[in-house]
Amino acid sequence: MPHDDHDHPHTLLPPDPALRVKALETILTRKGLIDPAALDEIIDTYQNKIGPQNGARVVAKAWTDPDFKAALLKDATSVVADLGYYGRQGEHMVVVANTPEQHNMVVCTLCSCYPWPLLGIPPGWYKSDAYRARAVREPRKVLAEFGVTLPETSSVCVWDSTAEVRYLVLPMRPEDTDGLTEDELAALVTRDSMIGTGLPKVPS
Amino acid sequence: MSDCVAHTAPEPVFAEPWHAQVFAVTVALNETGRFDWPDWAARFSDTLKRHGLDRELNGGNDYFFAWLETLEALLAEQGTAMPDDVNRLRNAWEDAYLTTPHGNPVQLTEK
Repeated sequence: MPHDDHDHPHTLLPPDPALRVKALETILTRKGLIDPAALDEIIDTYQNKIGPQNGARVVAKAWTDPDFKAALLKDATSVVADLGYYGRQGEHMVVVANTPEQHNMVVCTLCSCYPWPLLGIPPGWYKSDAYRARAVREPRKVLAEFGVTLPETSSVCVWDSTAEVRYLVLPMRPEDTDGLTEDELAALVTRDSMIGTGLPKVPS
Repeated sequence: MSDCVAHTAPEPVFAEPWHAQVFAVTVALNETGRFDWPDWAARFSDTLKRHGLDRELNGGNDYFFAWLETLEALLAEQGTAMPDDVNRLRNAWEDAYLTTPHGNPVQLTEK
């Protein structure tokens, strides 16, 4: 860090791409095409308000309400919109349910399409070449690296999200959770379990 | 112990402030109809593919480099932000950072 010196008289210089982004912002703001306050709102939303907790609520509800689950599997977009989860990158969401016979996992082989209203912004590994290339080619190996080992009898189905269709995995409800409330169940649902690279936590 | 922390500490949504900024600019332009998202995704995946030919992308900084490059190319193609103007303002921001005393707000003097 060349400008990390406390004796240095001027302000810390941001990296080159940060300066290029600032240049774009300046041009677009001057042309009236973007509003800096709207940018702050977008960042705040994805940093603080939208995240896997939304998807976890949907999963917990599906675990406790068979009618909701059936509707969710039939038309996820409108069902989750009724819960308030809609908007950017959520125009067409499809929920795929894990069963003892079939485990589902989601990838975007082209870039990083992801159901933002339910999961927020994807983690770094979801965007990496390694995951995008290998999830389809060798899903069981990728799952093993995430610590997920499936029984031989279970097949693995990999769903490729696109800008038009974004998938969410409905994991299986863990055993011994009969007495739990929806909130307690939601706390067991991890982000990775809804991408299919993990399983829900088990109650302690 | 550290292994446990590594697995449970929440990851920041955006690793660098400029990742968040370029993301927000793109989302804002999409919402005001400057381009539609499938078009954006197609262009972005082309950039990722090109960048990934000679090295493996890790999904961090390199992902947002590709994002920025895609946005710059799209805005240049539309005539919305031309490369010469972007470079000029980039350098103006650099000058502003280098000449603003530490602790003061950085402001652009170039018009």
